[in-house]
Amino acid sequence: MVENRPLLSLLTHLVLILGVVIVAFPVYLAIIAMTHDAATLNVSAPLLPGGELFNNVATVWNFDPPGLPPFWLMAWNSTLMALIIMVGKIVISILSAYAIVYFKFPFRMVAFWLIFLTLMLPVEVRIIPTYEVIANLGMLNSYWGLTVPLIASATATFLFRQFFMTVPDELMEAARVDGAGPIKFFRDILLPLSRTNIAALCIILFIYGWVQYLWPLLVTTKEDQFTLMMGVRQMAGVREVEPMWNIIMTAVVLAMLPPVLVVIFMQRLFVKGLVESEK
Amino acid sequence: METKRTIFPSKGLPYLLVAPQLIITLIFFIWPASQAVKSSFERADPFGLSTQFVGLTHYLRLFQDPLYLASIGRTALFAAAVTIIAMGLGLILAAAVNRVVRTSQFYTTLMVWPYAVSPVVAGILWWFLFNSATGLLPFVLKYFGVVWNHNLNANQAMIFVVIAAAWKQISYNFLFFVAGMQSIPASLTEAAAIDGASPFKRFWTIVFPLLSPTTFFLFIVNVNYVMFDTFGIIAATTGGGPNQATNILVYKVYQDGFIGLNLGASSAQSVILMLFVIILTVVQFRFVERRVQY
Repeated sequence: MVENRPLLSLLTHLVLILGVVIVAFPVYLAIIAMTHDAATLNVSAPLLPGGELFNNVATVWNFDPPGLPPFWLMAWNSTLMALIIMVGKIVISILSAYAIVYFKFPFRMVAFWLIFLTLMLPVEVRIIPTYEVIANLGMLNSYWGLTVPLIASATATFLFRQFFMTVPDELMEAARVDGAGPIKFFRDILLPLSRTNIAALCIILFIYGWVQYLWPLLVTTKEDQFTLMMGVRQMAGVREVEPMWNIIMTAVVLAMLPPVLVVIFMQRLFVKGLVESEK
Repeated sequence: METKRTIFPSKGLPYLLVAPQLIITLIFFIWPASQAVKSSFERADPFGLSTQFVGLTHYLRLFQDPLYLASIGRTALFAAAVTIIAMGLGLILAAAVNRVVRTSQFYTTLMVWPYAVSPVVAGILWWFLFNSATGLLPFVLKYFGVVWNHNLNANQAMIFVVIAAAWKQISYNFLFFVAGMQSIPASLTEAAAIDGASPFKRFWTIVFPLLSPTTFFLFIVNVNYVMFDTFGIIAATTGGGPNQATNILVYKVYQDGFIGLNLGASSAQSVILMLFVIILTVVQFRFVERRVQY
């Protein structure tokens, strides 16, 4: 702050508080709804917490309506999907970035541009042909079908490439003088140096995997493969009359909790990952 | 493109290293995309046994289809509204956080987490707030004489999806604007303050112009977000209704192709969307290359 202007500071805080209220309000109401029973929610929208929190959470956790797998199974599927996507993306993109930065080989530029192209082809614009590929490979209703097509990642590759370019050349020269080959250099020097970048990227990619909706919707038809996002969408069945709001909102809050907690508790890494990976 | 000054001499290894990424890209990105292009020029017989080349028929039909043209206009309106609201609020909040010193971390924490909320969940959260039976906002709006029902009223449905989509994107814009502002040297604003420029003048004549690379970058990202990532919000709430009022392009591709099983028309729509993303990406990268010009 350059100078002291009490009035402007007051205004600044008011703006920020208003911002926080706008951002938090829908979630606040959802958490409040989590603590009431269905009867209360069907006649009014309470603003203060009630006493049904544990009942609702227990109900939802064991919730197993027809057409849906139990809630805990969907939570497990979502976790597994997010983790496979996260690990897969990091492994394949750190390897290809290593190859592109530390080697010269024919078709290097072709490889780079092919990876770059994936930026331009979001799942949403190629759903049917991608679905057909998965169907032909017999990967429908499997964790592989759910995750592998989402694993290619141009942004992660670029981030690692960017980072490798900032690693001093002398490190690699010294390693070579000492007789280290490419694999040893990667494992003993480059990988430890990339630790923070990998951790930051993990957060972003975990969230990416967790919030996927369209792709799981297409490739899973068997109940026991459903993910949380599909589950809460079906539970909400939002266009029907008199939904059971206490159950829906409890499920929604539980479904959004893991990635939100990750962001709040690892904020520094999260911001680093977000700002750097999208440049 | 540059490599390191010295490189490893190796024949097979680099291919092995890029292979996993390239194989996945070829099988799940390049091949399906080329199939979409191919089938947008073809018509399949009802049993899918043979296909016939039909040239630009699907495209011509698409651009004569009033439903598709309406969807383009609607998507443009939706994108403009969400981008302006989300970027405007993000900028205001970032400027405010940049002014406070001790509490900035605290406010940032409270502001960033909606990034981790999925579009589906964001849609349902706002649906709960806006539902016409017990939702809080319709209850408040009634005092102002507004009868809220986004299940029936097309404009209200559009306002609803705009709010839900913009809400989710504020935190992202906020973070990037904060990062952009922190990279502006404090000496510039300090010098202006000594010359007697008021805080608002300093913001508009120094900070905002210097933020233009961030603003441009965010503009592209936001348009991209609205065009594609909002699928979950629409799918979880309005389902494109009422009466097509919120049927934006990306939802229409899904609806025509996967539910309507009209493959040719859906592929043509996919190809048009792909062209759109390609233009966006090229513009973004051309700009990034010659970014710092001060």
